[in-house]
Amino acid sequence: MKPALDWLDNRTGYRRLVHETLFENVPGGARWRYVWGSTLSFCFVIQVITGTFLWLAYSPSSQTAWESVYFIQYEMAGGWFLRGLHHYTAHAMTILLVVHLMQVVIDGAYKAPREFNFWSGIILLQLVLALSLTGYLLPWDQKGFWATRVATNIVAITPFIGPSLQQLIVGGSEYGHHTLTRFFALHAGIIPGAIILFIVGHIYLFRKHGLTPKLPRRRPDAAFWPDQVLRDAVACLAVLAVVLFLVFRYQGAALGAPADPSEQFSAARPEWYFLFLFELLKYFPGGTEVWGAIVIPGILLLILAVMPFVGNWKLGHRFNLAYLWALLGGAALLTVLAVKADRSDPNYGLAVITAERDAARVIELARSPEGIPATGAVSLLRNDPFTQGPKIFASNCASCHRYDGHDGLGGQPKDKISAADLKGFASREWLKGLLDPEKVASLHYFGGTAFSDGKMVNYVKEDIASFGAEDQALLQQAIVALSAEAQLKSQRELDENEAAVIKLGTEALTGDRLGCMECHTFHDSGEDNAPGLTGYGSREWLVAFITNPEHERFYGERNDRMPAFGEEKSLTPHEIGLVADWIRGEWYVAPAPLSAR
Amino acid sequence: MDTPDPSPQPDRREFIKKAAAVAIGGTLVVAPITAGLFVFMDPLGRKTESGASVLVATLSSLPENGEPRKFSVLATKVDAWNRTPNVPVGAVYLQRLKENTVRALNVVCPHAGCFVDYRPANSNYFCPCHNSSFALDGAILDPKSPSPRGLDELPVEIRNGNEVWVTFQNFRAGVHDKIPV
Repeated sequence: MKPALDWLDNRTGYRRLVHETLFENVPGGARWRYVWGSTLSFCFVIQVITGTFLWLAYSPSSQTAWESVYFIQYEMAGGWFLRGLHHYTAHAMTILLVVHLMQVVIDGAYKAPREFNFWSGIILLQLVLALSLTGYLLPWDQKGFWATRVATNIVAITPFIGPSLQQLIVGGSEYGHHTLTRFFALHAGIIPGAIILFIVGHIYLFRKHGLTPKLPRRRPDAAFWPDQVLRDAVACLAVLAVVLFLVFRYQGAALGAPADPSEQFSAARPEWYFLFLFELLKYFPGGTEVWGAIVIPGILLLILAVMPFVGNWKLGHRFNLAYLWALLGGAALLTVLAVKADRSDPNYGLAVITAERDAARVIELARSPEGIPATGAVSLLRNDPFTQGPKIFASNCASCHRYDGHDGLGGQPKDKISAADLKGFASREWLKGLLDPEKVASLHYFGGTAFSDGKMVNYVKEDIASFGAEDQALLQQAIVALSAEAQLKSQRELDENEAAVIKLGTEALTGDRLGCMECHTFHDSGEDNAPGLTGYGSREWLVAFITNPEHERFYGERNDRMPAFGEEKSLTPHEIGLVADWIRGEWYVAPAPLSAR
Repeated sequence: MDTPDPSPQPDRREFIKKAAAVAIGGTLVVAPITAGLFVFMDPLGRKTESGASVLVATLSSLPENGEPRKFSVLATKVDAWNRTPNVPVGAVYLQRLKENTVRALNVVCPHAGCFVDYRPANSNYFCPCHNSSFALDGAILDPKSPSPRGLDELPVEIRNGNEVWVTFQNFRAGVHDKIPV
């Protein structure tokens, strides 16, 4: 062994290098307070390793970025863990950066002749924050997309070069493929490369000037190896333990719904360590943002950078310390204010719930037998009645209608209910309520409409109320037959099993006893004076109804207030189809709850 | 800056410290690498979805004289996260044999995976990459051909009298045996 190592040393001089690395002098002996730089280097190594492996599975384009991250997270064995490790180590790194900076300033390690060491550290701090910022966009989910748009819009308010700078970073005037290729190259190549250069310089300068001992020296000087190395290793292990705890606690990093520039996302917030900047911006009225976003942070950073000079004055060191604590306190205060504002805002809470629901839903759809189309996962949500139905309902229908008592999304519109509650529309249960003398004139059905004293309501309240047992039985059969017209998914089995009842019900519906056909039509029978019952509640019927309730087939001129959404083009045929499917309960249902592999 | 190596502490305590430092240091590096390698190895555990029977052509579109014709095989292509229905996943040469039998050969050369051409003048298949040649039944024609086996024949079924259904499958290239991929 020895001759081989001698040979190697002769050619590389590795022994001297190892010796210099391990036997660096630690004045006053090993101490726990010296570990922070090493923990940061360790975090960087983790990020390079996990980042490289993530790179092997990541695809930066607006149709594949979210999809490839989804694949890592939910399909590749152990992918959620790898991504979680990368994500939470980034958080740890930000905290450790602050701790390291504080330790350096408290111990006076920033003063002459260590100015360049301090400055390289400040640059490293900014480079690491730039990594966080660029990495936040890469999954191309709603949160990263909308939060990063804010960041790049702030770039645009930079005096003179802002707009051009923004276009260069974004790779065009709009977010797209080139935004991702650029952010990815920055995140995985350019910034890490710069960090490596600055770390080399940082450590070189650190070695050149030696460690700044915390006075008084408690013990005689000692070598870096093994005491300080052991302390550093234990500290890194503790960092890793915390990161692993977070990874398991939160089952890896979250992945929101795929970015959709056409879909409002009110839950957009930057990562928690940028929240103070986000909050700061709220205090600058229109036209003065440049102060909050660029000038003030710039001045604060500049003061940080001149600390080594300030530190030479008599009271300079104390000023520096006070300044740093004030900076930290200010950032903490702003962060608390930001969190508090969000907590007390019910709209934000609702937006977060919607965001989480969309995120869970798109995973279900991505794992459905149809999988993700080449147009990307964003079209899965755009074409999903379960997701879009409630949104379309809330903004177009809920000013009059309700769905199970709410606006579809769980909120309450400001206008009182003045048209039917459409949860379970055309189902047997819903129709039973409609034909119930007690309920027909309630707000749940016709109560709030112009028909509250109309022919139908009076028929139910008078004729049906006086039905004997035989007529009641006919009515129940008619309800089954009419409901079968809707071909609802929830009643498919019932309808199939009760074909005989449906047949009897059809006869009852078209027969003279009940008298339905005096106003309504049903297939070949009836008078066309009220909404047609052929295919009542089916997709075709409902789409046609929403498109134009004033059509002869439905209410004609007697239509109450319902707009002809399709005729007026206030909803596209696609949107009408989505809301109709949603009301009818027609959407993909995942067979089993989802979990990461 | 260097201090002398010998430390005043007892040897055994010193050894434990060093061993602990090395052990912890090793763990720290191994953890992220293991996590990464695990994900990197994911493709090894994946099964390809193949071997489904696909309608490729109609019997009437195949020349009566037994001349092979090339057809695309349309199926659902699974590419990592994307599922695309009804796109070409490969191609086959179909050749009418007797009245109601058809021979299907995968167009992929078993040598290195190039697509072979049918040469009507020679009535054989020829690989443009490394000059392997195959007879109409797929067998190796020129013994100097670099291909380790003949063209891969695929199961064919005639349904409803006129539909040619092929069980499409690719096989590992470069080996003597026909092993599905």
